[in-house]
Amino acid sequence: MTTDAAPAFEVAEPVESPATRLLENIKGGKLGSAPVMIGLTIIVIVFAFTAQNFFTAVNFNNIITQMAGTTMLAYGVVFVLLLGEIDLSIAYLSGLTGVVVAELQKSGSGHVLPGVLPIIVAVLLATALGAFQGSFVALIGVPAFVVTLAGLLAWQGVIQVTLGAGGPIIIENRWINYTESYFFSSAAGWLIWGLLSAAYLGSVGFGVMGKRRHGVPIRYPYLLAGKAIGVPAIAALAVAICNHDRGVPLAGLEIVMFLVFWTYVTKRTTFGRHVYAVGGNPEAARRAGINVPRIRIMVFGISGLMAGVGGILLAANVRSAAPDQGGGTLLLDAIAAAVIGGTSLFGGRGEVRSAVLGAAVISTIENGLYIFGFQPGVIYITTGCILLFAVTLDTLARRRQAKTGR
Amino acid sequence: MTAEPPVLELRGISKSFGSVQALTDVDLEVRRGEVMALVGDNGAGKSTLIKCVAGIHAVDEGEIYFEGNHVHISGPKEAANLGIEVVYQDLALCDNLDVVQNMYLGREAHSIIQVLREPVMEQRTAETLKSLRVTTIRSIRQQVATLSGGQRQSVAVARAVMWNSKLVILDEPTAALGVAQTEQVLALVKRLGEQGLAVVLISHNLHDVFAVADRITVLRLGRNAGLFTRTEVTEDEVVHAITAGKATKVSGIPSTATS
Repeated sequence: MTTDAAPAFEVAEPVESPATRLLENIKGGKLGSAPVMIGLTIIVIVFAFTAQNFFTAVNFNNIITQMAGTTMLAYGVVFVLLLGEIDLSIAYLSGLTGVVVAELQKSGSGHVLPGVLPIIVAVLLATALGAFQGSFVALIGVPAFVVTLAGLLAWQGVIQVTLGAGGPIIIENRWINYTESYFFSSAAGWLIWGLLSAAYLGSVGFGVMGKRRHGVPIRYPYLLAGKAIGVPAIAALAVAICNHDRGVPLAGLEIVMFLVFWTYVTKRTTFGRHVYAVGGNPEAARRAGINVPRIRIMVFGISGLMAGVGGILLAANVRSAAPDQGGGTLLLDAIAAAVIGGTSLFGGRGEVRSAVLGAAVISTIENGLYIFGFQPGVIYITTGCILLFAVTLDTLARRRQAKTGR
Repeated sequence: MTAEPPVLELRGISKSFGSVQALTDVDLEVRRGEVMALVGDNGAGKSTLIKCVAGIHAVDEGEIYFEGNHVHISGPKEAANLGIEVVYQDLALCDNLDVVQNMYLGREAHSIIQVLREPVMEQRTAETLKSLRVTTIRSIRQQVATLSGGQRQSVAVARAVMWNSKLVILDEPTAALGVAQTEQVLALVKRLGEQGLAVVLISHNLHDVFAVADRITVLRLGRNAGLFTRTEVTEDEVVHAITAGKATKVSGIPSTATS
């Protein structure tokens, strides 16, 4: 019942200019990534003119490697927020993953795994723990806030019990450390750029062809063309800057690969569609035949998975797993990143890319203020203000949306 | 000419919840291309009867025939497989999704690796809306949150129709709508009948019922209290049946008595 090359029907809708579309979106409370992109641009310009050694290739690479861990956690947060839930356990779950991966490569411990195996085992464990927490939410109906608060406490305890009085474990496995500190050669950087750009252009072209075949109108053709040229161009600029320093960092590639993968999952698969549906109206999703508990468990599993991946990067960043692994402001940074990036706390609205954008804002501010020589306290205050601003914007947008709706 | 069997025929349906007898020996039938109104006061058993057909409640006694075949409907999925779609009062749309996404919610067209086939869905949505002459929606890629109440109802009805359904049950489709939007939805209901679907319309509003229904079944206190052909009855008679009607059922064949 889905095919048949039916004759093309007339386009019943007027072609809108990008300007009217933007206006409509603002009226309808759909702000998307616009505020955070504008904000990030302003922040970069201000620091570039005021802070010494900020606008350099070296610092560009530093910011990327520093934000990678938080960004991974924030990807998971986006999924959980899309359901309208919260996961407070991710920071210490990431810390636990760091400890596990460190234990699995500790020489002379009797349970050393070779190569990348410690990474795989630790990440799978984190995924299982995330799904385990999610099953309490999905099957029994315990509020996610409480379940993951229990997780926050428990995983912190496990970290401390495991490390005991022994202190930090040094990570010597080079595969683990590479996740944070490997830089591609200049040629390899351009090769990666070429492959990814070709894949991007291919997917755009494929989408256009599919629409043509089914007689579906192509909306905003100029926006599409702009993206097809703009995205590879911006990526080329980033590669050029990276190559000016040590080269493209593997951490940066990891950010991009997960961005592409999760964006694809949320926007192009039935699972992603169902995540948005459950976040928007769980009852409607249930009546439509969607297995709501299954979606919830899988989302908490993804949250655990990304906490695990982030945990590896954060441990690799300091080349060790310490008793305070996963502590500090990591949890709030990760949640703040997703929210600042434009993902709603109320469920059903948001994009995977908001994790990267938000994490970039937080890391850039942190980096710039450090260069100025400010105390961490000042950085916390600044981040707090931006978070409040972002959530206020989200709430206002939501009220707008309620008004424009019936 | 010998009549084809009705799309849906209920015979002697009884249903109780504990000590409460919700339905007693109720009959109902809908034919192809017919809009059958189901009216009655609050607590008359309209919703319970519909939930029995939708597979949400199991009946205690009585038989359900679908296109002449005796069927047991044990769940919503089974009802959908037979071709029965219910549009509930609270619509059950996801505000954050667009029209196409809502039309296909839970039954998305996808490839073997669960990748969505967006153009296919968009094309079919546009065709379905066009065939039902739902033309007020500016873009089918618009979020449902931005639609008016009447448009939302239209989307919910169109979703029910799209899946090769044979019987569409509408639970109070105009309850929350203004005058113009009510007209819009009633016109849509009429069109469903014209397209050969069987429609059951539950409503409190006799004005609506007289505008679109071919026949009217009245329930009172969980029993049949009248079956009328719209052209042969006045509103007052129906009101009387709703408020003071006696059980009118005569030995199982209500349809021939009036038509």
